[in-house]
Amino acid sequence: MDRRKLEEAIFKGLMFCSIFLVVGSLLTIIGVVLIKGLPALSIQMLTQIPQGGYYLGKEGGILNAIVGSLYLAGGATALAFVISLPVALYIEEYAGRSKLADFARLSLDVLWSVPSIVFGAFGFAIMTFLGMRASLLGGIVTVALLILPIMVRAMDEVVRMISFELKESSYALGATKFETVVKVVVRQALPGILTAVLLAFGRGIGDAASVLFTAGYTDRIPSSLFDPVATLPLAILFQLGTPFPEVQNRAYASAVVLTVIILTLSIVSRLLTKKLTKYVVR
Amino acid sequence: MLKPHISVQNLNVLYGDHQALKDVTVDIPEKQITAIIGPSGCGKTTLLKSFNRLIDLVEGVKISGTILVGGVNIYSVDVDVTEVRKRMGLLAQKPCPLPMSIYDNVAYGPKIHGIKKREELDQIVQHCLHSAGLWEEVKDRLKAPASRLSLGQQQRLCLARALAVEPQVLLCDEATSALDPVSAQRVEKLLLSLKGDYTVVMVTHVLRQARRLADYIIFLYMGELVEYGPAEKIFKNPKNSRTQAYIKGVFS
Repeated sequence: MDRRKLEEAIFKGLMFCSIFLVVGSLLTIIGVVLIKGLPALSIQMLTQIPQGGYYLGKEGGILNAIVGSLYLAGGATALAFVISLPVALYIEEYAGRSKLADFARLSLDVLWSVPSIVFGAFGFAIMTFLGMRASLLGGIVTVALLILPIMVRAMDEVVRMISFELKESSYALGATKFETVVKVVVRQALPGILTAVLLAFGRGIGDAASVLFTAGYTDRIPSSLFDPVATLPLAILFQLGTPFPEVQNRAYASAVVLTVIILTLSIVSRLLTKKLTKYVVR
Repeated sequence: MLKPHISVQNLNVLYGDHQALKDVTVDIPEKQITAIIGPSGCGKTTLLKSFNRLIDLVEGVKISGTILVGGVNIYSVDVDVTEVRKRMGLLAQKPCPLPMSIYDNVAYGPKIHGIKKREELDQIVQHCLHSAGLWEEVKDRLKAPASRLSLGQQQRLCLARALAVEPQVLLCDEATSALDPVSAQRVEKLLLSLKGDYTVVMVTHVLRQARRLADYIIFLYMGELVEYGPAEKIFKNPKNSRTQAYIKGVFS
């Protein structure tokens, strides 16, 4: 065979292998979690808080962690969103190519690569200083910090893709920069903004290290922002850490719950995005 | 010559080190179509965009000179840029609908300028879509996304959108170049029908289009104003040799 054709074939083969590896590992993870988790999963597990037995429950369920995780990740995502959108719009639309914008981007990239346990330790230090206990609020703030760089950078990328002509159309009608950004840029960037939010939520709900010391763990469902809160990743961690196979199996069931929450959110947001972004100009 | 609507005096525009316009002085008559012609990169679009100060948005741009619109220097420090732009409708090269419904595209301008009453907005939208020759095609789907319209319809929507803020001048930057011939012809006809009410300034690199539409011609070459006058005169007997060559198609 011709050398160039051989090259083409080999390269195609390599790319196929890589894709196979990616898809294969995803399917394997989901498969293992389902196989080990589904038998242990029960209605009781989804609807009850832990009830005695071994530590973290042979009886009862993980409702505390399900609700806790949703509270925590939801709160953190909302808090991060309120901060991220102005930051992303500012560094793209107002600061432009200035030093401030570059510095903000660099800071965010550095923050992104900081391990989550460091965020946890930092949050813990601040909370100790303030005399706060591990609480939903502490967890929300820490996780918000953790997902902030992800959200801002994801939004930053989509806002940058918006064509100058589109903004020009708005300016040409006598719109101010603020009007243009809020009424045109944000609308056009909506699909990307939603993706950014979802990405950040997924990262937030899945992280264990940042909430270990800041949100704590409890058998109960928190009734205020100052109560400690249980989370699914920590539930999995603790359940897996017990020496009892029955409880370990429940860890896989918890993993199933976590995976299902994230998958459901992805699908719902996909559907929602289609509806919300009807007017986006492609 | 007729009463000038826009009066450009000693306009210099620099992009960094590159001088895009060199000491341009020219008058643009009221309620006529003036075409700015010249080879690529001669400063046509720069001149057009200096009329509504969109040129301000270019990074590193330096502007000197005066542009009087209705006797007021739009580059004077106490002028509100948004007011200047409101008086100058823009029809861009590529139709660029806003990410909203057909209705909202037209209502966007009036809304930001403070018109809130629904009936008033309805009226403006209907009137402007009529003027842009689009009403019949879209009256049953005003809530549909503007991006679903064809390119030609989108460009007419952009025209309606521009008309909605009641400008005095329409600036067209090769407004038909992205359209199919039929749509382009429709837009040309619209411009002709609008010239009774608006001063139209168009940039074009299609000489035949300038011949069809323009009452006045401005010929730019390498950032300099070479020749300027009534279209008939410029096309029949241009004085400058460069204008002659350009009109004959020696270069384009």
